Amino acid sequence: MPERTPSSEKATKQLKSKTALWRHLKERTIHYFFLINGLMAVIILVGIFSLLFTQGFPALKAVGLGEFFFSDHWDPTSPVKESYGILAMVVSTLMVTLGALIIAVPVGIACAAYLSDVASPRMREIVKPVIEILAGIPSVVVGFLGIVVTGPFIAKVFGTANGLNAVNGSILLAIMALPTIISISEDAIVAVPQEFKSASLALGANKWQTLTRVTLPSALSGIIAAVMLGMGRAIGETMTVLMACGNAPALPHSFLDPVRTMTATIAIELGETVQGSVHYQSLFVIGFVLFLMTFLVNLVSDLVLHKYQRVAR
Amino acid sequence: MKINWRNITQFLGFTVLRMAAIFVILVLAFIIYDIASNGAKVISWEFITQKPTKGMTAGGIWPAIVGTFWVSLVTIFFAVPMGMFTAIYLNEYATQGKIIRIIRLAIRNLSGVPSIVYGLFGFALFVLMMNLGLSVLSAGLTLGLLTLPWTITASEEALKTVPMSYREGALALGATKWQTIRTNVLPYAIPGMLTGTILGLARAAGETAPILFTGAAFFWPVLPSFPKVLISQFMALPYHLFIMSTQHHEIAKVRPIAYGTALVLIVLILTMNILAILIRYRFRRKYKRA
Repeated sequence: MPERTPSSEKATKQLKSKTALWRHLKERTIHYFFLINGLMAVIILVGIFSLLFTQGFPALKAVGLGEFFFSDHWDPTSPVKESYGILAMVVSTLMVTLGALIIAVPVGIACAAYLSDVASPRMREIVKPVIEILAGIPSVVVGFLGIVVTGPFIAKVFGTANGLNAVNGSILLAIMALPTIISISEDAIVAVPQEFKSASLALGANKWQTLTRVTLPSALSGIIAAVMLGMGRAIGETMTVLMACGNAPALPHSFLDPVRTMTATIAIELGETVQGSVHYQSLFVIGFVLFLMTFLVNLVSDLVLHKYQRVAR
Repeated sequence: MKINWRNITQFLGFTVLRMAAIFVILVLAFIIYDIASNGAKVISWEFITQKPTKGMTAGGIWPAIVGTFWVSLVTIFFAVPMGMFTAIYLNEYATQGKIIRIIRLAIRNLSGVPSIVYGLFGFALFVLMMNLGLSVLSAGLTLGLLTLPWTITASEEALKTVPMSYREGALALGATKWQTIRTNVLPYAIPGMLTGTILGLARAAGETAPILFTGAAFFWPVLPSFPKVLISQFMALPYHLFIMSTQHHEIAKVRPIAYGTALVLIVLILTMNILAILIRYRFRRKYKRA
């Protein structure tokens, strides 16, 4: 500290308080600037919610909840009587999602367990980037492969006319959901405290017994969250199912039927509708229902993960 | 001799797990092999640098490459600053509390919103309400919204890697919060943010559903120059692949072009991924020395 005379000290003090005030104001402004940016995520989420709702609501009123959700007849361009039942496409969406999970969940959890407990470090160095790259393959490319590779293959195996059906969609969606399921389950399995495993091994269990009876059950909530997130991805996937599922708007009876999911319906029809018509608005209702479904799935997985993190701590 | 069933079960179990991992590798290998071997047949200098001709049954995909470039540029300008600012707020300013929990919940839910719903939202908001029409701008902004959760998460990860002591050092010397962030946090976090941004962009570049109704065109061979390009419709690589594999009237004839487009798209995305990984790698090494 340099020595100061009393008078100059007073002057500095005054100056200091002025710059301090200025500095304080500036800091506060910057703080609020970042706060507003932080709130944008919330604003966008609420914006999507309310826009979909307000755009779709008139259709709900015109058509009626009963027909909308419990009729499987979707024919908005019929010259006789338009019908707006989304049941068939909801069932289609759930069906391909279920199929995808049947394939992706066992493979995904097995792969995650392999990565965390079995793989050599070198193998891990290979598999992890593979999963990252797989996650980056665009859905339109996967859909394209559904048309040129898996579709014809399924047609040959099951003897159907073309392989564009629910099975095809399930297989492709499984590929798309795998990276999510693997990476999040792996995080959950790795997070299981080492003491649990050590205790099990010390009691004479071998590695396999430890994995299946101690590690995996302890990581269960994390794995459930991973499956939920994978499910969310499968429900919301558009291009793959649009290209590879055949797009027949009827209620499917088996996995070999062509199906048209909610996402595919929006993708196919929005371009052909008249703005403000009931048809146009009803597509927003489908979007709204999709939004709610994925929102719910994410919320549940979030709650499960949260609980699990607390337990792990 | 006594058979040790436990060890046999373990061996079998681990083999099953290993097979699952190998299966995943094979899936990726097959995807890349199939696209590369079939796509390579049509790839040529002309294919990359020329317009589609003869009703899109011949010629190249240049307009689709340029279109994807412009849309991505808009996406960057929108999503990157916003993602960075949000991450700075979450990691540097916010204290644990209700607001921050709500923001984080919103971000996680945004990343789960289906891409087609972003498409609907972008169409209603940008194309109709804001009157931007079917354009590069509408599509880029829509993709920007879609990428936002990823850029936020990536930027936050990057900020978290900067040690607390860097901040404490600056604060102890009397620097204000913003000065601390500007001089002692951001310079070290920027490469990490860049990595996340490139990864997010790579995903956005491959998205089709959000641009279906916000500006992507079937055939739009000539894009105007900047700034008029912003309000023009455009062709894009993923949309072009979609058209070529499902909507074209001579599907069989254009299949090679579809494969070529898929290959260019995949190469573009893989290049961006590798670039991001390289930046991350260099950053980590530099960081260790510091």
